[in-house]
Amino acid sequence: MRLTVNGEPRDLHSPPLTSLLTALREELEITSPKAGCHQGGCGACTVLVDGEARRSCLLPLAAVDGAAITTLEGLGTSDNLSSVQAAFDEHYAAQCGFCTSGFIMAATALIDRTPKASREDILTALSGHVCRCTGYIKIVSAVEAAAKGDVHPERVEPSFEPEEAEVLIPGSPA
Amino acid sequence: MIAFEEERRVTSTSLENAELVLPTSRDEAVHAFGDGSGVAVLGGGTILMPELSYGRLRPKRVLLLQDAGLSGVARNGGSLTIGAMTTVAELEQGPEPLGTAARNVADHEIRAQATLGGNLCAPAGGATPRGDLQAALIALGAQVKTAGKDGERTEPIEDFLAAPDRRLVLEVEIEEPQRAGYAAAHRPHAHAYTIVAVCAAETSAGLRVGLTGAGPSGVRAHSVEDALAAGASTQEAAQKALDDAQLQDDALASAWYRQRLLPVLVRRALDDLEGGT
Repeated sequence: MRLTVNGEPRDLHSPPLTSLLTALREELEITSPKAGCHQGGCGACTVLVDGEARRSCLLPLAAVDGAAITTLEGLGTSDNLSSVQAAFDEHYAAQCGFCTSGFIMAATALIDRTPKASREDILTALSGHVCRCTGYIKIVSAVEAAAKGDVHPERVEPSFEPEEAEVLIPGSPA
Repeated sequence: MIAFEEERRVTSTSLENAELVLPTSRDEAVHAFGDGSGVAVLGGGTILMPELSYGRLRPKRVLLLQDAGLSGVARNGGSLTIGAMTTVAELEQGPEPLGTAARNVADHEIRAQATLGGNLCAPAGGATPRGDLQAALIALGAQVKTAGKDGERTEPIEDFLAAPDRRLVLEVEIEEPQRAGYAAAHRPHAHAYTIVAVCAAETSAGLRVGLTGAGPSGVRAHSVEDALAAGASTQEAAQKALDDAQLQDDALASAWYRQRLLPVLVRRALDDLEGGT
């Protein structure tokens, strides 16, 4: 079976009834789609199939043979984030991060099909996605900002390079 | 790590053993299905894929219907013929109360993948009844065309839902209703099966009432229909729905709760019908 994944043609050898999620993660080692529930209930595995948001855990490989798959890895880079990614950063819309790629893929598909998506459109489109950390408000605000084009990638802080930490031991000479 | 590798190997081997059949026409699909023994039918995959991924189902043959030419809606005068592989998303703009019932199924991503045929064949889940479209189709007096042992046949949806034998759903025919009503208890912006929903529709065959969440599959509320025909008030007729329901406790609600909810929703659906559409 052959897929175009993030613009690159890829041959797959997993059995045809393997879920797209398992094939992406375990054969192609593309790990942004998360295996949350394997039953379509959480939305953490959402990817774009020919531009439309789909749960990758519910699609057998045989059903997507020849399709173009986009995962989070195919949206932007850390130096050049997509508008939804930049909005998530600016609005602190990720906490533990497990649900984030699914939300970003669903939001990307929504803005693609409904460029001026309202808050209600956003709530409806993201209704199948579960986040156990943020309480959703920041996520919805981020998507709302991205839908309005109110995104400021220049505000995204460059990746953090930790320096060697200074170790202070109480009681030791300064 | 060793345990993980072992688990993955077992999963892959089991899935490799299934014979995958991809019919490219209706006739090929019917032939490949045969009498249905040992065959798992994969329409949209939203119900079957978790069964395969968790290893709860290890079919000998899997029939993948996506290229079998079974999708689409054809209009013929006042009736519609809907292919089994038509997605729930495509039904969202269908005649009421089917359109509203379809819009209440899961979320956008699932609706774009789930099919009418799958919804009709949905077995009651381990935690909740499934098949949210069945009540709307009951109200619309749907006729279901299937293939299987003894060839093809067309039957009322209630008969199809009651028959335990395995059939391949080909298409469903419904009549555009003169009036339709819908009332449901469901949680908006949540991905869950409907707790209770009531669909009512008046077609040339008369007024029918279908219930979701009142039994393992969709239930026709004959008692409500009979009471209305005998001149009962909406309030009195609605109470009769309890005679048709087989209420159960499940992950969504208790039978106690459903017993109190059901007559209220029947009355609201009938009021909605009286209001016209």
